[in-house]
Amino acid sequence: MTQNAPVSERTVAVLAGGLSHEREVSLRSGRRLAGALRAVGVTVREWDADAALIEHLRADPPDAVAIALHGGEGENGAIQAVLELLGVPFVGTAAPACRRAWDKPTAKAELARAGLDTPDWVALPHATFRELGARRVLDAMVERLGLPLMLKPDQGGSALGAQVVGTAEDLPAAMVSCLAYADTVLAERFVAGTEVAVSVVHDGPEPRALPPVEVDAKGGVYDYTARYTPGATTFHCPARLDAGLLEKLQETALAAHRLLGLRDLSRMDAVVDDEGRVQILEVNVSPGLTDTSLLPTAVDAAGRDLGELYAALVERAVERG
Amino acid sequence: MPVPSAADPERRLPVPGGGAHPAVPPAERFAARTAGMTASEIRALFAVASRPEVVSLAGGMPNLAALPLDALSVEVADLVAREGQVALQYGSAQGVPALREQICEVMRLEGVNADPNDVVVTVGSQMALDLVTRIYCDPGDVVLAEGPSYVGALGSFAAYQARVVHVAMDADGLIPEALRDALRTLGAQGITPKFLYTIPNFHNPAGVTLAVERRSEVLEICAEYGVAVIEDNPYGLLGFSGRVYPALRSMDPGVVYLGSFSKTFASGLRVGWALVPPAVRDRLVLAAESATLCPPSFNQMLVSRYLEGHDWRSQIKTFTEVYRDRRDALLSALETYLPEGCSWNVPDGGFYVWLTVPEGVDTKAMLPRAVTARVAYASGTGFYADGLGSRQLRLSYCYPTPERITEGVRRLAAVLEAELDVMRTFGSPVRSASPPPAVGRGPQTPSPDTA
Ligand SMILES: Nc1ncnc2c1ncn2[C@@H]1O[C@H](COP(=O)(O)OP(=O)(O)OP(=O)(O)O)[C@@H](O)[C@H]1O
Ligand SMILES: Cc1ncc(COP(=O)(O)O)c(C=O)c1O
Ligand SMILES: [Mg+2]
Repeated sequence: MTQNAPVSERTVAVLAGGLSHEREVSLRSGRRLAGALRAVGVTVREWDADAALIEHLRADPPDAVAIALHGGEGENGAIQAVLELLGVPFVGTAAPACRRAWDKPTAKAELARAGLDTPDWVALPHATFRELGARRVLDAMVERLGLPLMLKPDQGGSALGAQVVGTAEDLPAAMVSCLAYADTVLAERFVAGTEVAVSVVHDGPEPRALPPVEVDAKGGVYDYTARYTPGATTFHCPARLDAGLLEKLQETALAAHRLLGLRDLSRMDAVVDDEGRVQILEVNVSPGLTDTSLLPTAVDAAGRDLGELYAALVERAVERG
Repeated sequence: MPVPSAADPERRLPVPGGGAHPAVPPAERFAARTAGMTASEIRALFAVASRPEVVSLAGGMPNLAALPLDALSVEVADLVAREGQVALQYGSAQGVPALREQICEVMRLEGVNADPNDVVVTVGSQMALDLVTRIYCDPGDVVLAEGPSYVGALGSFAAYQARVVHVAMDADGLIPEALRDALRTLGAQGITPKFLYTIPNFHNPAGVTLAVERRSEVLEICAEYGVAVIEDNPYGLLGFSGRVYPALRSMDPGVVYLGSFSKTFASGLRVGWALVPPAVRDRLVLAAESATLCPPSFNQMLVSRYLEGHDWRSQIKTFTEVYRDRRDALLSALETYLPEGCSWNVPDGGFYVWLTVPEGVDTKAMLPRAVTARVAYASGTGFYADGLGSRQLRLSYCYPTPERITEGVRRLAAVLEAELDVMRTFGSPVRSASPPPAVGRGPQTPSPDTA
C-alpha cells in the first residue's frame, strides 16, 4: 500500500477493449489494472486496440505498455508483434510464444510432449466433419474420449463456447454452438476433480508461482456467469488440497511457464483429478484482472499489491527495452 | 495481510490501491428477486457493438441527429437564468403541473381525454413500468404480455417476481381469441392475472400494430375477466403513414396508459408519464415518491418549454421520415440478401423488424458468429419470459444510416449462410427447447445505450 511516496513514476499505457468476444472482460481488466497502477503513482493512459492506437503510441510514447486485452487480439501474439515492431517495451510474453500458448491444441501438444498431463483431446475443423461425415467423426471422438466430454473453441477464453456434453444426442447441437465461436473445435476428455488456477509472476530474480486458487462455482460449472457475477463462485486460496499437491501445482505451473517460453506473468488453469494428477487445461498469457479474476485473487492472498506487482513488471519490460 | 481461506467464506476482493476491503457477500445475502441479475455471456457479446467497425442492428437508441440543438441550448440557458430557482429545486412527486397539462394535449392526438390530475410524470416510461408492477404485483402473481414483449417490461416483471404468460400475436397484433384462451386456461387453475401489458402501436420487438377492430374486443375480454390493462405507447406518434391510432385509453378510462418523450423528443432527458384512473393515482404517486421523491424538475421544465415554444409536431414528422427511409433500406436489403426460409414483418412505424430465420437456426447460439462478422442483432429469446424466440431476432433500423443498414444485412446474410452450412454438416440438429434456467443467466439483450 502506498500512502507515502509513489512506487513508480513511470508512464504506462494500459491496452483494453478490442473487438474480440471478450471485449467486456477486457474493459473490466483494464479499468482494474489502471486503477491499481495509478494507486502506486504510475501515470496511466487507457487505450483501445483500434485505428488510433499506433498514433497514440507515437505521439505520446509510454515507458511501457501493459496488455489487458483478452481473446485473440491480446493473446495470439499479434499485438505483441506490433509493439515489437514499434520498439515499445511491454509487459508479458513475446509474440511467438503467445501464438503457441493461445492455440490450445498447439500448447497441449507441447505440454504433453514434455510429459506434463493434459486431458486427452482431438482438435478438428468444421471442414473435416463436413467432408468425412459428422456422425462417423463424432462416433470416433466419443469412443476415444468417452462421455461426458468437453467441447470448446480451439482458441478463446472466459469459457465462451465451452460446454460439457453429456450424451451423444446432444453432441451435434453442441458442435453447432461451439463452431459459432471458432472454426475449429477442441474436444477433450472431461476431467472430474478440483479446478485450480496457478499464477506465475516474475517480479524477482526468478519466476515464482503464487498460491493456487481453487475455483468452487456454486452452480457446478465455471462458465461466464459464474466467472463475472460476484458471489457466484467461491475462491479458496490456497486451494483446499494437501501441501504436497499444492507444491506440485506450483512446480507444474512453473514448468509450463518455462516450457512454453512465457515471460513476466502467466496463469495455468488445471483440474486436479481424483488420482492427484495435475491435468493442465491451458496456460494464459493475458490472465483476467477483473474484480472476480483468479490472478488478482492469488496476488492478494500472497500479500502482494497488484499495482506494485505490475510496476515491478514494468521495470523489467523497460530494462528489456 | 490475512490470507483468505476455506474458513473465510467472505472472501475479500482485492481493491485497486488497497484501502477498505469490501466483502463479497454470498449470493444468499441478496434478495431472491436478484437471481436473474447476473453477468451474461450474451450481454457481454454486445460490448463490441459500440465500436464503429460493427454494424449494430441490436440496440434501440433513437436517432437524435435531427434535433435543433442550437435552439435548445438557448432554451436551456434561459431556463437556468429565469427559472433556475425552481428548475434546480425539488418539485412535486407527481410532476410539474404545466407539463402535465401539455401531456394531456399530446395524448389528445390519440383521442385521449385526460385530466392533468391523473397524470404522473416518471423518469421515462420505464420507471412507470416499474412502479405499476410494484403496486400491482406480489411475488408469484401472473401478468399477461404479448409474445414477444418489450424486454424492459419483462425485466420489471422479473424484478417483482411476477410470472409472465405470453399471448400470441399475428400481423394485426394481439389475437383476441388467444387472449381469451389464456384467460380461460388460467381461470381453470383459479388464477386471475393482475393485468394485461400491451404495446398496441409499432410493437417492440414485433413491429406490428393492433388492428383498430380488435381494440375494443381486447378491452371487453379483459373487463369480462376482471383484468386491468396497461397500455405502453412510446411509439404511437411514429407512424409512417401519418396515421395515429386511437389509444386503448381513449375507449376505456380504466386503462393505465404509459407515454414517453424518449422517442418523440430526447431519450436522455428521461421524461415519461403514466395516465391512471383516480383510484390508482394516489398509490402510484406514493410509490413514485418512495422511488425518487420527484422526477427531475429541470428536465420536465425543459420538455415543457420545448412543447411550448417549438414545432414539435414537425419535428416528429422529420423523425419519422428518417425512420421510414431506414426501414425501407432494411426491408430492401432483407429482400436482396437473406437466404431462403426467412420471413419478417413490414412495420408501418416505430423502430423494429422481427425476423424469423430458417428452421433449426438458434439465433442466440449464432450471435458469436455475427459478432465475429461485425454485425449485431438482438436474439429473440430475450423478448420472451418462457424460453421461446430462439428462431427469431430483432433488427432495429432507428440508429444506423441506410448505407450501414444495408451493409449490416449483407453481413447478417453471410452469417446465416455459414450457420446453415454448419447445420447441414451436423444434420440440422434439433435442439431440445431449453426452458429458461432456474438460476438467471443475465440479460439476453443489449443495454439501453447500445446503438
Ligand atoms: N477437460 C475438461 N474437463 C473438465 N472441465 C473442463 C475441461 N476443460 C474445461 N473445463 C471447464 O470449463 C471451463 C472453461 O474452460 P476453457 O479451457 O475453455 O477456459 P477458457 O475459455 O480458456 O477460460 P479462461 O478465460 O480462463 O482462459 C474451465 O474453467 C473448466 O471449469
Ligand atoms: C415498448 C417500450 N416501452 C418502454 C420503453 C422505455 O422508454 P423510456 O423509459 O425511455 O420512456 C421502451 C424503450 O425502448 C419501449 O420500447
Ligand atoms: Mg482458461
